[in-house]
Amino acid sequence: MNIVENFDLFAPRLINKKELISAGHRACQGCGEVLAVRLMCKALGENTVIASATGCMEIISSMYPTTAWEVPWIHVAFENAAAVASGVESGLKSLRRKGKIADSDVKVVGMAGDGGTMDIGLQALSGAMERGHDMLFVCFDNEAYMNTGIQRSSGTPMGASTTTAPAGKVSMGQKTWKKNVAEIMVAHNIPYVATACPSYPLDFINKVEKAKKIKGPSYIHCFTVCPTGWRCGSDQTISLGRLAIETGIFPLYEVENGRYKLSAEMPKKLRPIKDYFKSQGRYRHLTEDQVKMIQDGVNREYKKLLNKVKCLEAWT
Amino acid sequence: MELGRKVKLMQGNQAIVEGAFYAGARFYAGYPITPSSEIAEESAKRMPLLGGIYMQMEDEIASMAAIIGASLAGAKSFTATSGPGFSLMQENLGLAVMGEVPCVVINVQRSGPSTGLATKPAQSDVMQIRWGRHGDQSVIALCPASVSECFTLTVTAFNFAEKFRVPVILASDEVVGHMRENITIPSPGELAVAERKKPTGEPAAYKPFIADEDGVAPLASYGSDYVFHVSSSMHGPDGYSNNNPANAAWRVAQLHKKIEMHREEIIITKTFDTEDADILFIAFGATTRASRAAALELRKQGIRAGVLQLMTIWPFADKKIASLGERAKTVVVPEMNYSGQVAGEVQRILGAGADIRKVNSYNGEIITPQDILKAIL
Repeated sequence: MNIVENFDLFAPRLINKKELISAGHRACQGCGEVLAVRLMCKALGENTVIASATGCMEIISSMYPTTAWEVPWIHVAFENAAAVASGVESGLKSLRRKGKIADSDVKVVGMAGDGGTMDIGLQALSGAMERGHDMLFVCFDNEAYMNTGIQRSSGTPMGASTTTAPAGKVSMGQKTWKKNVAEIMVAHNIPYVATACPSYPLDFINKVEKAKKIKGPSYIHCFTVCPTGWRCGSDQTISLGRLAIETGIFPLYEVENGRYKLSAEMPKKLRPIKDYFKSQGRYRHLTEDQVKMIQDGVNREYKKLLNKVKCLEAWT
Repeated sequence: MELGRKVKLMQGNQAIVEGAFYAGARFYAGYPITPSSEIAEESAKRMPLLGGIYMQMEDEIASMAAIIGASLAGAKSFTATSGPGFSLMQENLGLAVMGEVPCVVINVQRSGPSTGLATKPAQSDVMQIRWGRHGDQSVIALCPASVSECFTLTVTAFNFAEKFRVPVILASDEVVGHMRENITIPSPGELAVAERKKPTGEPAAYKPFIADEDGVAPLASYGSDYVFHVSSSMHGPDGYSNNNPANAAWRVAQLHKKIEMHREEIIITKTFDTEDADILFIAFGATTRASRAAALELRKQGIRAGVLQLMTIWPFADKKIASLGERAKTVVVPEMNYSGQVAGEVQRILGAGADIRKVNSYNGEIITPQDILKAIL
């Protein structure tokens, strides 16, 4: 059963006009992450409390004496956005139960970058999802610790060069495959998991709207282009996001109650990943063999995903 | 890559990496955090060329745990962090003390509490370094004030760690970490480099916690012929868990005694014009530099001022401070924290009657010579 029944009716003119993260923040030119946060806020609306981990989004939006946030917002320590969000959600629940506050619909959202979600924050995230809080957690994944100077994370893709996984004489840069946190969230048996990218704004907004309506935990993994860290032009944010999806290196899908569904944006036939690598400085050092090795990995993962979509269709 | 004598312009954080390599460190595990990230980046670039390992961990808890593991495997190991990360390392720092595991932790201090002013300096971890863990214990902490001291004190930190089987904390700060100066990197052999004592007897008879006369037990490596236990629980001489009160008392005392026994060697200080000083500045890290400028200014005005620099902050330089403080009419302690964490220690030594003036900065700004002069004039 679809969680949002009428989402075919969705159209750009219906998008919330109100900006809940205001202009004038300090994000880099062409930042894909703050664009994604803006879209997320539009979908969530005003009745939202956000717990944000340390990272770019905290630094650029909250530097004294200004703030870009128009919703209640708490910046927590690096590792515990999901734990603090759990506390906010439970606190509200307890006050509602006792009749001390109105029984209104407030969505609690935890957000963090790839480091704050996939590395230091994974334990807190797993705990929150397992306990089943009524909350949404969004990972804004720009594939490295961009805030502190482009150090690798477990979200950094194979072959990318970072300051702590530098490409050089003895290394091709990152030598491990990107950790698949969306799958780890699926393994928590939560009602809703999705991947998204602000290059497909309607798709992303739809997914946040779905997550908002769920009573229970949900997780969205949002792929966000970082021109500063990826060594690409700041005018390429949208096109690179699209290429990541078109090449299958970051496929868009949803998992509703364990059932996989590819998002409508996924092409029938994938483009070769070298199209995606081409304009990014972080991949410039890769040899043809290395690109082929990564292409094989992408093919393998995509096939696995298609199989899950297929076999779970039959199961439901 | 060759390690040889050369003059170089570099950053304090880079000099720490140079010092670590000079001391023979070949394992780094860490997690990026401002203002220490250059230490990770430099290690990541150069460690593979030296045949060492750079490992980026998922957080600071894992970083500290990994260097304990690597050290027990026999590699000289270190990590680097700043305030919030240092807080996360505390539990495992306690494990390193308990297991008597040599390792070096660099804390490039920044302003807090919590995330605080992430890019601004502070010296507010003095007490956390000493007392941040639960349980009764003793550690060594060193404090550089210049880029060249970043190098030499890192070498010293490794030497102390290896000699005394104890974690050593190098408490730098954002100013010293990011400042650039010329330094001369000594050629190999110029500075002493200590190695841990290895057991020589029969492997079956090896007891990892039976100290020699110097208060320190030899440490074997995991994977060698010596098979041994290290436990975070209270343990006996063989490393096996032991709840006997007499054993616990012996262990806790031993952790303190081995440091106490070598106090004279461990406590490093520098003095500038203190022989006849009426006004004595007691400083450490970045504030040493402002203190020296202030003292020179006072000398120009005919006031006898001198500076005592604490290069070792833990254990504390009680004796030195007592002898210099007795002579001085006024003692000034400039430090980048609110409560005067070092000033409190100085007060403990010199007594309530002493004229001790605190100069504190806790807004992320450094202390200038003028700030210090204001406290006296």
